Amino acid sequence: MSVTPEQVRHIAKLARIAMSDEELERLVPELNNILGWVEQLGEVDTEGVEPLTAVIANKQRLREDEVTDGNRREDILANAPEAEHGFFAVPKVIE
Amino acid sequence: MGERCRAADGLRAQPDRTDGENSLRAGYGGGCQMTDLTALSIAELRDGIRSGDFSAREVAETYNAAVAAARGLNAYTVETPEDALAAADAADGGKSTGPLAGIPLGIKDLFATKGVDSTAGSRILNGFKPPYESTVTANLRKAGAGMLGKLNMDEFAMGSSNETSAYGPVVSPWRRSGGSNAPLTPGGSSGGSAAAVSARIAPGVTGTDTGGSIRQPAAFTGICGIKPTYGRCSRWGIISFASSLDQAGPLARTVRDCAILLQAMAGFDPGDSTSLDLPVPDWEGALSGDLKGKRIGIPREYRIEGVPEEINALWDLGLEWLKDAGAEPVEISLPHTKYALPAYYIIAPAEASSNLARYDGVRYGARVEGEGSLDSMYCATRAAGFGDEVKRRIMIGTYVLSAGFYDAYFTKAQKVRALIKQDFAEAFAKCDLILTPTAPSAAFGIGEKSDDPIAMYLNDVFAVPASLAGLPAMSVPGGLDGQGLPLGLHLIGPELDEQSVLNAGLAIEERAGFTHRAEKWW
Repeated sequence: MSVTPEQVRHIAKLARIAMSDEELERLVPELNNILGWVEQLGEVDTEGVEPLTAVIANKQRLREDEVTDGNRREDILANAPEAEHGFFAVPKVIE
Repeated sequence: MGERCRAADGLRAQPDRTDGENSLRAGYGGGCQMTDLTALSIAELRDGIRSGDFSAREVAETYNAAVAAARGLNAYTVETPEDALAAADAADGGKSTGPLAGIPLGIKDLFATKGVDSTAGSRILNGFKPPYESTVTANLRKAGAGMLGKLNMDEFAMGSSNETSAYGPVVSPWRRSGGSNAPLTPGGSSGGSAAAVSARIAPGVTGTDTGGSIRQPAAFTGICGIKPTYGRCSRWGIISFASSLDQAGPLARTVRDCAILLQAMAGFDPGDSTSLDLPVPDWEGALSGDLKGKRIGIPREYRIEGVPEEINALWDLGLEWLKDAGAEPVEISLPHTKYALPAYYIIAPAEASSNLARYDGVRYGARVEGEGSLDSMYCATRAAGFGDEVKRRIMIGTYVLSAGFYDAYFTKAQKVRALIKQDFAEAFAKCDLILTPTAPSAAFGIGEKSDDPIAMYLNDVFAVPASLAGLPAMSVPGGLDGQGLPLGLHLIGPELDEQSVLNAGLAIEERAGFTHRAEKWW
């Protein structure tokens, strides 16, 4: 499989990365190189193999449903590029 | 490693700043030469502070000065001398008595450190001061360690040369002997970490390893580095790259120092759902270079074309050393080895594309206003904030996870990962430990591979399989190549058996006699 400039544009949109036409042009062969290389996995017979999800066996732990943290609004907002009235501020979404 | 005079009883260090070197020298009696505190291992510093041979403050001041004098390496992105001094004073004043009391360490910039810039080598986190401390660094602090500063790294740990950092590449302290004097990379992504230990501007450091990021730079700079079993060290507060692979570990000059640091870093943490709820063994206490009865697996698939003969020769020599320590060799097969890197370059970018979705210009880091809409702010922020390699991996990851391609790429890679893990399980039925080279080459020059992503990825060909299988693995210096550059030997153990890895590392260290250091030019 290889990607077209249109597909790369679509992926960039999904990934929310603005890209100029030149950047898109440059990325098409780069991505195709990498994708062509990873496609050698097609040679491996994986019939009946379960995909690995947990690399080291571990059990899912549950904890009591209780508050263990909080009341740190100022700390958390301190790193926001824009904060107003104790909230994160973003460009207007609703007209 | 490192012959040195033992401090004579009761003698105190005599501060004596020498011209230009900024190094504090401790004068010992008993016919010993003046000893530079930066020449001591962590074990020696710890013991020396405890017995009063020198103060922790003297150690911290010596390292603070060494850090400030080595800015040409670009190893540190932030220096925190007061932090190192505060921990030292707590140790000297008897307020901290932990196993690392008063030991100053460098911290990879992937670890969140409270109130201190934590950028993951990225522009998008420029100025980010976490309101919390990562579990691993909190554990080190509890053990009494101080922080010398934050260490430069490939952006979001994506790279094998430290060239993808937004803060400029780290320059390796090592240079080729004769011929080209071109600046070399220290490897990556823990390049600042490795350079700092190698240049003796930190006695030990933290690193992280997703697909070789502790072991390859350790090999390139002639030091030791261990990645423990996945889940030994909490990932809480480590800026995420590929969560199913990311593991923290130490880099240091000796195997013993790695054991000391790892013991302090590891431990169960309810804050990380993949953290292992197991006691931390006394790895240092059980260190032994006696390998009697141990079977060392030599995987035939790791003898690959294009690897310099010097590297294979060192591999053979490494096996001789282990045999000398009592071990016996066994030929083994890891049949899916060649598919590890391609599987990794699906899984790691997929997880990265998901993890890095959080950098949206809203909660932290830089924001670039777009054309007014929220969406265009996201796109503009991420376009300006991420470097080329990070964008490339986010794009690959987004593609392999997108509708219609998920099974063909991502699920397929997860199945191959299961086969790789099974290969190791079968191998460990026949052997106790696996020995391989750490990397397929010695350090390369800055800029030599940066135009060819796949050539760069191939650096981790020997390191990635153990990462995919979550196994403990370590690099130990073995010798120098014909150009005078360090080469590493790589030990892979069964899950949770860090002890065997460390013990074999010690056996190699005792026989390799690797005391080479980069000649100071910085």
